[in-house]
Amino acid sequence: MDEKVTREIFPRDSRKSYGLVELMKKSAPIIRKEPEDTVNVWPNLLMIEFICAILVTVGLMVLIQFEHAPLRSLADPSTTPNPMRAPWYFLGLQELLVYFDPWYAGVVLPGMIILGLMLFPYLDTNPKGVGYYTYTERKFAVFNYAFGFSLWWVTIVIGTYLRGLDWQWYWPWSNHLEHMNPALVTLIPLHIIFMNWFHVSEGVGKLITDILFVGYFAVWTIIPMIVWKPMYKAMGLWRYLTFMFFFLSMMGVALKIVFRLLFNIKYVLVTPWINF
Amino acid sequence: MLQKLKSGIVESQIFKSIFRHGYPDNDLDRAYAVFTNVFLHIHPVKVRRSALRMRYTFCLGGITLFLFIILTLTGIWLMFYYTPYTGLAYRNIKDLQFVIFGGNLMRDLHRFAAHGMVLFVWLHMTRVFLTGAYKAPREFNWVVGVVLLVNTLILSWTGYLLPWDQLAYWAVTVGAKMASYTPFIGQNGPWGPQLGFLPTNDIMFMLLGGTVVGQNALIRFYVLHCVVLPLVVTVFLAVHFWRIRKDGFSGPL
Ligand code: HEM
Repeated sequence: MDEKVTREIFPRDSRKSYGLVELMKKSAPIIRKEPEDTVNVWPNLLMIEFICAILVTVGLMVLIQFEHAPLRSLADPSTTPNPMRAPWYFLGLQELLVYFDPWYAGVVLPGMIILGLMLFPYLDTNPKGVGYYTYTERKFAVFNYAFGFSLWWVTIVIGTYLRGLDWQWYWPWSNHLEHMNPALVTLIPLHIIFMNWFHVSEGVGKLITDILFVGYFAVWTIIPMIVWKPMYKAMGLWRYLTFMFFFLSMMGVALKIVFRLLFNIKYVLVTPWINF
Repeated sequence: MLQKLKSGIVESQIFKSIFRHGYPDNDLDRAYAVFTNVFLHIHPVKVRRSALRMRYTFCLGGITLFLFIILTLTGIWLMFYYTPYTGLAYRNIKDLQFVIFGGNLMRDLHRFAAHGMVLFVWLHMTRVFLTGAYKAPREFNWVVGVVLLVNTLILSWTGYLLPWDQLAYWAVTVGAKMASYTPFIGQNGPWGPQLGFLPTNDIMFMLLGGTVVGQNALIRFYVLHCVVLPLVVTVFLAVHFWRIRKDGFSGPL
């Protein structure tokens, strides 16, 4: 709204219960955007909505000719299906249970995803790219969204097609009826690797992982502050720190998945209370 | 002839008493048609021509809403045949499959519209993200949207239990077990036991109304799925649409 003009002539005043809200010419209650080019909602927009609704109905009708809502045998607390799959939209979270302890994969991480999504508009200070599709004007924002939801969808695909008995990794050509030998893979916490590499005690090994863990967050928070000074300046300290916490956590999830799948790392950080 | 019939209808007292405007074939009556109608008046009377461009919204929000409406209608229909009792629920679904006229149709529609809603709410969110429509002054409507997204997921998940088959039972058992790992307030979560949370008083117990998925859990999920969550979604949808009008649609110039 072109508030400036009206404000200057008729300043808003909390002691007045009346005021001039807007002044405009022409026949539509939309201002600022010139030249004005409006059409009636009835029938133009309503017709589009109506057609959409019909297409969705037809789509559903066609779909249910081929696919039916499943119904397995009666619920039986004494026989657990193997593998036990969550509904597809939660398979990403279920897959994360492979890489993290349940308090993190099942509770804290989903909470962080929700919170991070909610905060995003308040953290993104780039004013460009409202009202049209653009990648070039907001590369980093799009990267964040794409990266996060790629993780979401990739883990869903893994959970749907690449997990079998005991939630082990099965290729489509593997024998899905045969249990894999879990002894083939030994999962180790990262600090044990350091203990073996450097021949140090458990305490020192853990200290190294502590430093790496804290260092990961610290270093990657500080480097962009220097390298991308304009971005940091535009965001301000608190917005920046909040953003980096979520961003580095997201990247951390991806890193942990890689560590676990390629190097069989069980935990990168072990503390007396919680492990990552 | 037809012309006469039409004017006979639209000029009758009954038509006028219902719609309070003439047939919408001119600008004035078209405007009235939208803003005197409680269902249509969430629209503005006029929109920018470019806002109609399908390649902007792809109608994704509208499709999500439409799927929610289908879910409500088929859901109410299903409620006539469903008893939230562990001894009956499964048989009710079997009856829907094999005995009740239209049972399969309604159940299939309900199930696939639910999958569709989850998918389309995500597509809609992606559209909103990629067009920067969450930026000022629409930040809060994005937050409302995230609440809708989460509620959509929970709605789907609570409905999953109702057929009371193996799929339902174990998906919800595993899901609810997650709750027991909640830090501080879950029996298995970090600092949960230290703070005195046991299988009989933690967050999972609250969710299930017991230590395992049983009759209490079924009735809880039933009430959440059929009453509470649809109401929550409806309220937030009202806010969502209200805010689109108040914040202005982001569409292209
Ligand atoms: C039950 C789920 C939802 C329904 C039925 C719904 C419906 C709608 C509709 C009909 C519109 C009008 C424009 C369009 O069709 O794209 C809209 C706009 C919008 N939605 Fe949603 N929505 C839902 C969930 C969400 C979610 C999950 C988000 C984001 C996290 C979101 C954020 C927005 C925003 C910011 C706008 C304004 C867009 C603009 O001005 O361009 N909504 N919504």
